[in-house]
Amino acid sequence: MTAALSIRNVGLTYPTRSGQTEALANVDVDIADGEFVALLGPSGCGKSTLLRLAAGLLGATQGRIELNGKPVEGPSRNTGVVFQKPSLLPWKTVRENVLLPARTQGLDLARAKQRADELLELVGLSAFAGNYPFELSGGMQQRVGIARMLLPDPALLLMDEPFAALDALSRETLTFALQDIWSVQRKSVLFITHSIPEAVFLADRILVMSPRPGRIVESISNPLPRPRNVDTFDDPAFTALTQHLRRHFNAH
Amino acid sequence: MRTNVMSTKAVPTNTVRRRLPAPIYPLISVSLLLLAWDQAVRWFNIPDYLLPPPAAVFRALADGFVTGTLWPHIGTTLLNTVSGFVIGSVLAVSLGALLAESETFERFVYPLLVGLQATPKVALGPILLVWFGFGAASKIVLVALVCFFPLFVNTINGIRRTDPELLEACRAFSASRLFLLWHVKLPAALGEIFSGLQIGVSLALIGAVVGEFLSAQRGLGFLIASSSVSMSLATMFSGVLLLAVSGLAGVEAVRAVHRRVVFWQGSARGR
Repeated sequence: MTAALSIRNVGLTYPTRSGQTEALANVDVDIADGEFVALLGPSGCGKSTLLRLAAGLLGATQGRIELNGKPVEGPSRNTGVVFQKPSLLPWKTVRENVLLPARTQGLDLARAKQRADELLELVGLSAFAGNYPFELSGGMQQRVGIARMLLPDPALLLMDEPFAALDALSRETLTFALQDIWSVQRKSVLFITHSIPEAVFLADRILVMSPRPGRIVESISNPLPRPRNVDTFDDPAFTALTQHLRRHFNAH
Repeated sequence: MRTNVMSTKAVPTNTVRRRLPAPIYPLISVSLLLLAWDQAVRWFNIPDYLLPPPAAVFRALADGFVTGTLWPHIGTTLLNTVSGFVIGSVLAVSLGALLAESETFERFVYPLLVGLQATPKVALGPILLVWFGFGAASKIVLVALVCFFPLFVNTINGIRRTDPELLEACRAFSASRLFLLWHVKLPAALGEIFSGLQIGVSLALIGAVVGEFLSAQRGLGFLIASSSVSMSLATMFSGVLLLAVSGLAGVEAVRAVHRRVVFWQGSARGR
């Protein structure tokens, strides 16, 4: 099995006033081609830092990160990213925001425009292509972010708590939507979350991270069959897995 | 937008009072002011050479327009103001962007600029006369200098306050430094740039008038200064009035452009 993303023995320390702080230590993560991996951990455990390392936005102080066998040295066309905040350009329309990677990465604009329209269809925002972000709800803005991430057809998707800022209902809707999108696009995904049900619903494999310094303490394969739907939440396997994960974070 | 929501909350719905159309309010206060002026001149028997009644000022204005003597003054002042404003603003935004982007440039230039900012720019007027002559050039340079600083500082602040998460998101898609500056930071700074422009407009007019006070053959500043010799207060007041109207028109014009350009910001959309 080829690993799309391979994180080997990665550590990150940075200087603070009280000396060196170790944010991440000895992190090993492998994501196979087309595999959906959820990274679950409490706030401040360094999971967002790990995502920034994988995205090439930060450099590790130790270890190696490789994407399709090539070391990650900076942001790459093969990586798409979505953050907790939609981070859209407020002065650009929805379509123009989706086209952003085409402009920054110098893609063929005619083809990108066609793909942007297809992706807006996929995330259910065709009717809003000409609208501005401030005219959209938070959930819709995040859908725009997902379409933007998919535009250059990256091999790896990095998602940093993309639904954490949304209300519970939009969050659930988007979780279903993301599964549908993924089942069509079949990308490798590193999905960071602090929601146990979200991780279990979406992922093929769940990594549990512990804080200070951040390290992977468990990797669990998810036996739940796909496609998953509303009934999945009632599946005894779903309950068993969420219960198991809960014990990681709460002793009682 | 946000303030609107707050104000509707603050007023209980059963006591909401009917409002008159917005322009009515300043119209009433200006009329009352003119009335008070007129009455004061009559009651206290103030001589014309100290304070002419409003009617005399309007007569002087009308005469000036009809005989055509005012037009060259208005034209000269507005031309100098607008030219200097445009030059000063272009320089302020470009240098502001350069300084916000380059730490080296900042280290060299910043202390100089802080010193120059603390200097009242109009004090440079006589020097500018020596350098640029008694014509339009010295006035334009003074105007540009006067309206440069607020906009310069606002541009730097605006660029530096760009949402770091927005920048990171764009960087994640391999955005170049030039792309970030041109397509992210400058648009993000537009709100601050426009408030700098708004301050600049009124300062530009001050610069033009001071320049004309110092030395000129034409312009509203020249008109006011030269009329003081003949004690023709009505002419002086008409000059002041024209300057006030020009300043107001300038600020309103900048505001209108602000609202259209920065359409995504609540503060620009509201009001």
